[in-house]
Amino acid sequence: MTSQQAHDSHLETAAAEPHVHHGNYVRIWVILVVLLVASVLGPMLGHPIVTLVTAFGIAIVKAYLVAKNFMHINVAPRFVGYLVATCLLFMLLFFAGTAPDVMRLEGTRWEKPGWIEANRSHEAGSRAATGH
Amino acid sequence: MSARPIATTRSAAGMPTGRLAVWWVIASEIVIFGGLLGSYVMFRLGHDAFADQAAHTNTWIGAFNTFVLLTSSLFAVLGHKAADAGDGRRAARMLYLTAAGGMIFLTAKAFEWTTEIQHGFTISAHTFWSFYYTAAGLHALHVVAGIVIMLIVAAQARKNLELQRVELIGLYWHFVDVVWIFLFPLLYIAK
Repeated sequence: MTSQQAHDSHLETAAAEPHVHHGNYVRIWVILVVLLVASVLGPMLGHPIVTLVTAFGIAIVKAYLVAKNFMHINVAPRFVGYLVATCLLFMLLFFAGTAPDVMRLEGTRWEKPGWIEANRSHEAGSRAATGH
Repeated sequence: MSARPIATTRSAAGMPTGRLAVWWVIASEIVIFGGLLGSYVMFRLGHDAFADQAAHTNTWIGAFNTFVLLTSSLFAVLGHKAADAGDGRRAARMLYLTAAGGMIFLTAKAFEWTTEIQHGFTISAHTFWSFYYTAAGLHALHVVAGIVIMLIVAAQARKNLELQRVELIGLYWHFVDVVWIFLFPLLYIAK
């Protein structure tokens, strides 16, 4: 394929789909970097709610900004969104189906002695550190 | 009539087949990384002892690597913009900068892992470290694959060939960036 043919091929492909509007990508990048700084500084305050919001809330916002502005998922055919959402749903199903067992340390006629001991050591260490 | 790859010209699903294929890859990767990260979250929430181990990860290196990947994603999308404008040389330059970002990321990660292993935090030291090396290692493998493909695509784009591939490798790279956006708070911030 010649260079001109390749270029024509590219234009032909681009013409067959919704036009992608190239916005101000540097502005999006600046926002992402500011959010990154906030996600690092927020948890330093030591407040659990602030940590949760700044670390994981900001991660969701950053992922959304990248998906929308860099991956242009908003102008992709609707089934792409459904495809991604279905995979995320399966992830949640997996979590909901296995978490009740994984997150418990003991149940009816079973226990996790290694984890129970590890958690006891952790609690003892925390008590020693805080002096209570 | 020239013989063109079907992924370049066919658009049966409302988008070029090549892009459709990349979205399929991304969807399958969501399940792979989602399963891994979901398992990590279960263990982290269920077992307080994880916090003792997580305290040893280096937040600053993690933040630096996040900055590097966000910046490399910027270059990838600027490459896409240049390719859409038919400027193959600029698109290639942007892809080379993106690949350089990937290499900086891997260099920082190599330094970080070396330090951690020297301090005894090996993959078998604790379940936390098993998750840490598996998740970050699987992600790093994706970075390596992205760099290799990006260099091949850039070499073609430089000659104004197959410019539609610039967007496709960019899509993949942004996904790798999104995975790291979630790995960063999970492994480095939630202590």
